[in-house]
Amino acid sequence: MKMKKIVLVIGSFMILLSCGNDDDTDNQDQEAQVTFSFTHNWDGAQVTSADFNTIRYTNEFGEQLSIERLRYLISDVTFINDIGEEFTVDEYNLIDVTNDTGLRYAPSLTLPQGTYMSMRFTFGFDNEDNVDGAYQDLNSASFNVPFMLGGGYHFMQLDVKYIDDTDAETGFNYHVIRAVDNPGTSPTFPQDTFFDVELGPVTITNDVTIEAKMNIAEWFKNPNTWSLNDLDTVLMPNSMAQIMMYENGRSVFSLGNIIQ
Amino acid sequence: MRNVSIIYALSLGMGLFISCSDESVQQYEPTPLNLDIPTLFEQNLIAPVIPNDNPMTVQGVALGKKLFFDTILSGDNTQSCATCHAPQNAFADDTPFSDGIDGLFGNRNSMPLFNLAWNYNERFTWDGRELSLERQALEPVANPIEMHSVWTEVVLELQNHGEYPGLFELAFGTSEIDSTMVTKAIAQFERTLISKDSRFDRYLLGEETLTPEELNGFDVFMDEARGDCFHCHGNANNPLWTDNIFHNNGLDANFTDLGLGAVTGDPSDNGKFRSPSLRNLVFTSPYMHDGRFSTLDEVIDHYSEGLQDSPTIDPLMKMVDQGGVQLSDQDKADLKQFLLSLTDEAFVNNPDFQIP
Repeated sequence: MKMKKIVLVIGSFMILLSCGNDDDTDNQDQEAQVTFSFTHNWDGAQVTSADFNTIRYTNEFGEQLSIERLRYLISDVTFINDIGEEFTVDEYNLIDVTNDTGLRYAPSLTLPQGTYMSMRFTFGFDNEDNVDGAYQDLNSASFNVPFMLGGGYHFMQLDVKYIDDTDAETGFNYHVIRAVDNPGTSPTFPQDTFFDVELGPVTITNDVTIEAKMNIAEWFKNPNTWSLNDLDTVLMPNSMAQIMMYENGRSVFSLGNIIQ
Repeated sequence: MRNVSIIYALSLGMGLFISCSDESVQQYEPTPLNLDIPTLFEQNLIAPVIPNDNPMTVQGVALGKKLFFDTILSGDNTQSCATCHAPQNAFADDTPFSDGIDGLFGNRNSMPLFNLAWNYNERFTWDGRELSLERQALEPVANPIEMHSVWTEVVLELQNHGEYPGLFELAFGTSEIDSTMVTKAIAQFERTLISKDSRFDRYLLGEETLTPEELNGFDVFMDEARGDCFHCHGNANNPLWTDNIFHNNGLDANFTDLGLGAVTGDPSDNGKFRSPSLRNLVFTSPYMHDGRFSTLDEVIDHYSEGLQDSPTIDPLMKMVDQGGVQLSDQDKADLKQFLLSLTDEAFVNNPDFQIP
């Protein structure tokens, strides 16, 4: 008799749980988790950390180079649906290609399933987010920008070696930061150099993985054909170089595979 | 020693008392210890690395400290960890290489020991060979040119010691000693070695004023067009003053010591060594992995005019074809003054870190 009661109680719980699960399933049908997968290529040829440290790439100017270190920051992932609603997450992600970390990023954002006219993120930090010393993980990763240059953080650190015009291997530091003039206690900022990366429309029908592709070669060619012999190091305090990086960066990212 | 005995007796007494009063809570647990995280670290850095299988305890740290300073770990009972990692040298050695119990010398300068829990990738030693503090502590005991002992003999000696079995009981809940517990205790003690009270720390906290020379030296350090030291050695928001990453900083055109490359087997890692912290440099000469530079002036001259090119030199090393960043004499002098402002006298004199 006692056993029958227990079975009845368990059975009732199962019915209740079953009803609850149905509701959950309905919710899952309507919402989706987004994950970004960051991949890298050189004019279409895949680039991973295994390809680093060997002279194997040729930039638009014709200079041969190796990638030695690459890490960069994206922030403020945003989706805009077909009725103009905006879904934004005030977060950032450091992609460290050298150490294979941050290559997959799931923002704290659950999206209603449906059609989105725009999905985008910010390359680097906008000025509101680019607060000196504000982020412990980025401080711990030594991604800071000197206070004399306005503080805040690097947007990208791309360290390269290239064959210079004397046939010697030479270092090249493509460090993207907020463009700055008058380094010191009162620097000035001629132009913002963060930018929105627009990946285009997407229809989300389930949990989704979105590939964001960086063509590293684009940093050197469009619209500014970069001559490493002319601009190789000490580019952080060089606002003209920073603005050229900003201009070239606009065509670096594109949408890859969408898996859902 | 008397204090340790009293603690042990009290702890056993507590155990007996708890055993009589309530069987369900008779299990002895060592007292958890929270690291005293400095304000600047708390504000700026992510949490230190404490392994789940080796939590910090009062008794574990006390045992680790005793072991660290005890010559019982060496083959002839003449050397302790502190022989080559002396408190007055910020737990480094004051000679380029250290001699082991047989008078043999290694080929690496003894690294200073502080702020080790903030080495997030947990690669220790100059070449990153050791993947945790616990594993690092295993090596010197058995190394034939260092303490030249045998772990089974060390454990036996500890087991037959008058005090250690009781101290291990307190720290780990068992008096059956093994090498794993020895290294866990030493690692716990090492994680308490925190340096955070230099003049520059106090300057950042608004408690100290720096000289114009020190401030210019800091500018040289942070200026990509002058010293450009910050890319590898931290900044005001990373008060470790190291990135704990491996770089070839242009010491040699040809390598006699492959550094990280010998560990990974990757030729692109040849000649790379871990960036040391710039804290406490006044105590840690000589400098570099092989102790080749006796003075800070030599170190600064190296980066200014002495760089040697090689296939793996870090691209962050600037103006290699000219030997380096070509600092002016004034900037060199001021950079040195800034570096000396990272001296933490309180650390080397901390009574908690001295020989028991």
